Amino acid sequence: MATINVTRARAREVKAAARTRQRVPLGRRVRRHATGYLFMAGAVLCFAVFSWYPMIREVIMSFQYTNFAGNTKWVGLENYRHIFADPGFWAAWRTTGLFTLFALIFGYAVPFITALVLNEMRNARSYFRLLVYLPVMMPTVAAAFLWRWFYRADNTGLFNQILNFLHLPTVQWLQTSHIVSTLCLVLFSTWINMGSGVLIYLAALQSVPGELYEAAELDGAGALKRIWHVTIPQTKLILSLMLMLQIVGTVQLFLEPFVITGGSENTTSVVYLIYQYAFNFNNYGDASALGIMLLLVLMVFGGMYLWLARRVEQD
Amino acid sequence: MARMKIRKKAEQRSVSRTLFSQAQLNRPLGRVAYWSSFWVMIVLFALVFLFPLYWMATGGLKSAQEFIQVPPTLVPTHPQLSNYSTAWTDVDLGRLLFNTTLYAGGALLFQLVFDIGAAYAFSKLRPALGNVILFMMLATLMIPATVLVLPEYLTANNIPFLHWSLLNSPWVIWLPSVTNAFNIFLLKRFFDSIPEELLAAAAIDGAGPLRALWSVILPMSRPILGVVSIFAVVNVWKDFLWPLLVLTNTSAQTVNVGLNQLSVGLPENIFIAALAIASVPTIVFFLIFQRNIMSGLTAGSLKG
Repeated sequence: MATINVTRARAREVKAAARTRQRVPLGRRVRRHATGYLFMAGAVLCFAVFSWYPMIREVIMSFQYTNFAGNTKWVGLENYRHIFADPGFWAAWRTTGLFTLFALIFGYAVPFITALVLNEMRNARSYFRLLVYLPVMMPTVAAAFLWRWFYRADNTGLFNQILNFLHLPTVQWLQTSHIVSTLCLVLFSTWINMGSGVLIYLAALQSVPGELYEAAELDGAGALKRIWHVTIPQTKLILSLMLMLQIVGTVQLFLEPFVITGGSENTTSVVYLIYQYAFNFNNYGDASALGIMLLLVLMVFGGMYLWLARRVEQD
Repeated sequence: MARMKIRKKAEQRSVSRTLFSQAQLNRPLGRVAYWSSFWVMIVLFALVFLFPLYWMATGGLKSAQEFIQVPPTLVPTHPQLSNYSTAWTDVDLGRLLFNTTLYAGGALLFQLVFDIGAAYAFSKLRPALGNVILFMMLATLMIPATVLVLPEYLTANNIPFLHWSLLNSPWVIWLPSVTNAFNIFLLKRFFDSIPEELLAAAAIDGAGPLRALWSVILPMSRPILGVVSIFAVVNVWKDFLWPLLVLTNTSAQTVNVGLNQLSVGLPENIFIAALAIASVPTIVFFLIFQRNIMSGLTAGSLKG
């Protein structure tokens, strides 16, 4: 109903605007356009220099042999062939994929479950909200170094101190295996990022109408059934949006391996590898080709999201 | 006191029914279950989110020996405040914090001026091809920032036509921060909701486009301006990869980049003290603006 009214109002507005446009003399119209361009000039310039031009340049560089010294020649698909042959390329994708998978299991589920529990709390609501958001506000690198200290393999790291205190055997956190190190990174990433997720889910949960729970309860649905049949369908839009944001965010993993593991145990991620290609191996072509691949993968996820969103809407 | 009671009552009334009904929680069994899970959550949150910060603050107070002691001391036996002053001077934290504040402030200013200008043009002035430009800006939302880092770095090092290098100058943080399509989108949507009649009335009173923006649109847009401003500041404060590449001079670095560079070679207890100091400004900022930050977070994501 509301949308129809808005559409009608909009149609009226457009008609009115069309009528006035006919009456406005040419000089005034030119001036209106010019003022419009003037107002957006700053942003357009910034976008042109720091967004649109680099995008084009990235595509071009991915087909070139080019480096810091500026020796540039066309090599066609050679860069792509080159990085496919690099074992580090597959390892980086495996790490990124594993991190994304773990982050989906932990980083995605934990904030939602936390929000579900917090939404039932009738007391100390601001205490919970304040605490969960504290890590989000820390400088990321400071938090990462803090966790690197917690993960120390000798007995001075916090986690091993706790295991010691409980008389449990200590763990070589970041030096055991590929999977354990990646899990450690996911744990840190969940800790520092979950605040925003929890707050967004809490807001979404508060908009779920109480009558639906009432009705489900009268129909004899237990708590888990109410979550499955009321809470999740009512919040599925925000859930799918957050899923997409989560995937796009985790595929761009860089800071965690860079600061916490330094790429040890094969924890070099794709973006970290781009960084290494460009700034350690001085090979801009390979770095750009890898960047383009990352972009294509993210676009696939974006497309999947759009397809999913449309299906959700149709249901 | 009385006002607090009234507020509390209002809060209780406004809490609508959730997964469990109030009646269910008022039963004896429900009450036990509620209060036990409540206290479990209180303790769990304190352990997970407060204890690491406590461990950092006290770790920075310990002497080098106490720092590596097994088992550790929960409260430092001989707290050394001098660790903090050593960290402050050795890491040059004053400069790092000043730099980051300067970058965040400038980024905020540039984003407000340029992004508001653009959103106003897209929403109200609507020049020819405006929608095409808006679409091109929004399309950059699909391209993650990390993909463009290398060509962006090369461009910043040698600006087309002008051949200036912006590296190690504040401009290299300020100008790219303007390319925040999400901010433009949020602002444009908000401006769209401001009735055209108000602007027409302002025009009849003789107000030009700039005057209309300043005295009609902006005063009505305070909530969205708050959201955009907070995220402009927080983004600069949290960014790492871009400043790592473009701020190579020690004297120009941000907190994140500086800490990363100085992590080797400092005694550990001093470095942890430095981490603690570096975390203070944003946490204080959060405690002051928590209401705005939290409401902005949900508004930005739900409506956006």
